Amino acid sequence: MPEAANILELRDISVKYGAIRAINNVSFSVKRGEILTLIGCNGAGKTTTLRAISSMVRVSGDVTFNGSSTAGERPETLVRRGLCHCPEGRGIFANMSVEENLSLGAFTRNDRDAIESDRQRVFTLFPRIKERLKQNAGTLSGGEQQMLAIGRALLSRPQLLLLDEPSLGLAPQLVQTIFRIIREINQQGVSILLVEQNAHMALQVAHTAVVLETGGVAMQGPASDLARSDAVRKAYLGH
Amino acid sequence: MADFLQILITAIAVGSLYALIALGYTMVYGILKFINFAHSDIFVLGAWTSLTASVCVITWLKLDTQQPPLWLAPVVLLCAMVVCGGVAFLVERLAYKPLRKSARLNVLITAIGVSLLLQNVGQLPGFTAAEKDGRSLATVPFGPSPSRMPSLLPDTSLISVPFPSGDPTIPAASVQVNLVDVFIFVSAMVLMFGLQHLVYRTKLGAAMRAVSFNTETASLMGVPVDRVMSFTFVTGAVLAAAAGFLYALKYPGLNQPAHEIWVLLGLKAFVAAVVGGIGNVRGAVLGGFLIALIEFMGMYLFSKYLDPLMGTNMGTNLRDVYVFSVLIVVLLVKPSGLLGTPVREKV
Ligand SMILES: Nc1ncnc2c1ncn2[C@@H]1O[C@H](COP(=O)(O)OP(=O)(O)OP(=O)(O)O)[C@@H](O)[C@H]1O
Ligand SMILES: [Mg+2]
Repeated sequence: MPEAANILELRDISVKYGAIRAINNVSFSVKRGEILTLIGCNGAGKTTTLRAISSMVRVSGDVTFNGSSTAGERPETLVRRGLCHCPEGRGIFANMSVEENLSLGAFTRNDRDAIESDRQRVFTLFPRIKERLKQNAGTLSGGEQQMLAIGRALLSRPQLLLLDEPSLGLAPQLVQTIFRIIREINQQGVSILLVEQNAHMALQVAHTAVVLETGGVAMQGPASDLARSDAVRKAYLGH
Repeated sequence: MADFLQILITAIAVGSLYALIALGYTMVYGILKFINFAHSDIFVLGAWTSLTASVCVITWLKLDTQQPPLWLAPVVLLCAMVVCGGVAFLVERLAYKPLRKSARLNVLITAIGVSLLLQNVGQLPGFTAAEKDGRSLATVPFGPSPSRMPSLLPDTSLISVPFPSGDPTIPAASVQVNLVDVFIFVSAMVLMFGLQHLVYRTKLGAAMRAVSFNTETASLMGVPVDRVMSFTFVTGAVLAAAAGFLYALKYPGLNQPAHEIWVLLGLKAFVAAVVGGIGNVRGAVLGGFLIALIEFMGMYLFSKYLDPLMGTNMGTNLRDVYVFSVLIVVLLVKPSGLLGTPVREKV
């Protein structure tokens, strides 16, 4: 089977929570190997879009991952297909050690040697994680938890990584680091769908950007174009 | 002194049983987030399957009724575990799994229904599974009348320590450590360490703890949440089956399934789980031993010191009161239980 050019395609997807329409007819695609950033205000539907992609909510419309539909799949089966979702709020297992959190990232895999080399790669990206292996993950600082969440996600060897606000609550310097690492991960061949409040940084690292407004796509295009557009600058960059 | 030690030994044996049952309550609560009221009925099923299996094997193979061979005990234990595991699997599949996404109250009420169902099915006059000289020895299901479990272990005491009374007019007492008590304690320990290993040392155990902490995030790690839940449920039932088997060894006179003795026993194991900290595996074990200790020591001390003072004779009758007082105290002082520490998520 030839590899699809788009790792992910959304066609007219809508999600309803009861009577509330959280997103409505959202369509965009993530090209293989790119970073696409999804920006928008609070409540615009960014998290919901990610949840729709990983089958955590009931979706109407088509989601195509790596050439085949995700209809009828569950989050855990999508992980095996190479889709990894780093949820909003990091989703650290605070009752377990850092090491156990990392092993859960590799839950679907059995190739011990490859897992070990991936672990070493994570330690190179986040030396801090390596120092804290035996520590209870709940006692990590917010930034360390974020690193752990990203490192853990990498251990599933994703083809597409969904990141929901990785810079949330981090000191400016750490934000820089996180974005640098996101770029590094991308350069190692992982496509990334990045949800961000920090539109300034997001538009810098991303190739493509999609702007969500009240549940629908307001704009999309190359990130550099959007960063220059007046509408985006006013609404999301604050100048 | 001798009687004190004797009571202590019984308390440890009974505590092992409470702990085994409490583990099931605590695991199901930890992972499926509801109190499985039908759990004590699985325990009863374990005891009665042990009875039926031993009677059947003894009759079919024409074994010696008084001294059956030693291999019978593990075979019967295995039968009880398989039957209880199977029934629990069906219960989970048919009654609880369809309710995964509904309100906890619905599941709780369903659990009560399942409990009543099991109790009443257990009392149906079943068909004969083993007979001798035209007399039915065991039926499936258990049936409405009490029965007696054949003794699978030789009734010997391993250690007998004499305690001279110091007063020549009073005969020397002795403390007996019976085979059955040791067997119960050792089997329970083996199972508990096995569970400990499973939960804290294996990949499956890590998946169980992940599901327990946050189902949704666990599924994002690729953990097959539904299967982990079913597995946990069945594991709890298998432990209860072992407890039922061990109980039948120690107290061979078995009542009908809906008898209050069973209900109270299950309830005390539940108290043990809550006292230890529901959802906490080590807490359940601690709670089990603690509850039994307090129950038996309460009976002993009350009968020995308070009853003569007050001229009453109620030390033994109050055994349930001791247990539930502990529950009340623990709930007042540390509502999350002795080892239950509420973990907070950083945001
Ligand atoms: N479980 C839910 N039940 C009901 N409504 C929900 C639920 N989750 C989200 N919503 C609603 O859907 C809309 C979109 O929410 P979503 O979480 O996708 O926003 P978001 O863009 O991620 O916002 P933020 O930047 O604040 O994280 C909001 O109006 C929210 O109130
Ligand atoms: Mg969000």
